[in-house]
Amino acid sequence: MSRHQVSITINGKAYTREVDARTLLVHFIREEVGLTGTHIGCDTTSCGACTVLLDGKSVKSCTVFAVTANGKELLTVEGLAQGKELHPIQEGFWEKHGLQCGYCTPGMMISAKHLLDRNANPTEAQIREGLSGNLCRCTGYNNIVEAVQYAAEKMRSDSGAE
Amino acid sequence: MIPGEFEYHAPSSVQDAVALLAKHRDEAKILAGGQSLIPAMRFRLAAPEILIDLNGIGGLDQLEEQGSELCIGAMTRESALEESDLVQKRYPLLADAAAVIADPVVRNMATVGGNVAHADPANDHPAVMLAYGATVYAEGPKGKRSIAIDDFFLDLFENALEIDEILTELRIPAPTKGSGGAYMKLERKVGDYAISGVAVQLVMDGSTCKDVRIGLTNVSPAPMRAKNAEQELIGKAVDAAAIAAAAKAAAGECDPSADLRGGVDYKRDMTRVLTERALVRAVERSKE
Repeated sequence: MSRHQVSITINGKAYTREVDARTLLVHFIREEVGLTGTHIGCDTTSCGACTVLLDGKSVKSCTVFAVTANGKELLTVEGLAQGKELHPIQEGFWEKHGLQCGYCTPGMMISAKHLLDRNANPTEAQIREGLSGNLCRCTGYNNIVEAVQYAAEKMRSDSGAE
Repeated sequence: MIPGEFEYHAPSSVQDAVALLAKHRDEAKILAGGQSLIPAMRFRLAAPEILIDLNGIGGLDQLEEQGSELCIGAMTRESALEESDLVQKRYPLLADAAAVIADPVVRNMATVGGNVAHADPANDHPAVMLAYGATVYAEGPKGKRSIAIDDFFLDLFENALEIDEILTELRIPAPTKGSGGAYMKLERKVGDYAISGVAVQLVMDGSTCKDVRIGLTNVSPAPMRAKNAEQELIGKAVDAAAIAAAAKAAAGECDPSADLRGGVDYKRDMTRVLTERALVRAVERSKE
């Protein structure tokens, strides 16, 4: 067994903790740092509730060791809003009723961010493919797709207005 | 579920990683993308005492053509294959496979080298690399050596690497005139292993098949080539009858086991269907 000092920047703020090598990134985020917006769903790399952006790319944080993420930057659901202003993706989930129980929502929104960062105008098929690593047990997929379409449109008009 | 305890090393060069592996030998395990290993560790199916993490080593993620080969660094993420114009344009078999491995989030961490080195017949790259006739490059205390892919997969989870060697690179032949390829995978849902999968890479001369290699996914105890199916095609005119004969041969020579994805007969028949479809698509692409 070995313990390691791990420094990870989460939503722009640096956190340094000493952890066991076996500490999973999701436990670092939730238990060491206390950001509990990132959820643990299946614990089997299937559901995507724990999805975060690691250096800009979506990963399942239950399937990465915290030590591997040492020195890297994370974005979690808590980092989406700017102060009291919701991110367009959050606004889309609000406006289009993109959640029922809400358990999968943090992961869904982070996967949507990964997708929209690379494709500002995805087709419905591309949205469904982009979110295919995230499961919604309420099966509310249609509204989730509409939420992402809403967000894509909002983000395009926001960037066009600048 | 939390993995068992282990000692962690994050070397910054392949040489340092090899030295650690040479020192700790079978107590140590290599961590690449971790998308197979970490789930296995959480279930305590794997409990290595020492982990050697390759994620901090630079330069293992090259993806470029050199001479007549595509060089794929072992730590190349699956998503890099999807985002590569070169792969999308010139390596359709590889591009097909990259889009159906696990799910899009897993593909951001999962690596090509890890997928191959794991030697799991349920993984997609073994069949793909068998079809391409890839070359595996490994580095150990005695330096670098190459291993033909046909000699690489020994058994379930067993590869030809020495205990102190690390897979560093894969190379596949660049396309030539008349070459084409395709990967067909049947899965119950995104993220599941294949019920069956078929990788085809061929070279056509007009309507005659000059060369073909076919790899099969998850229908045998170890990654396998469908050599009988290949023999039905090489040197022959590729018409519907020849394709049907090859597909039937593949169904006959695969060796699936019954599980929650289906029974033996069903998997054999799906292998037949997928072989047929993959051959048709590969021939179409050879004309492009």
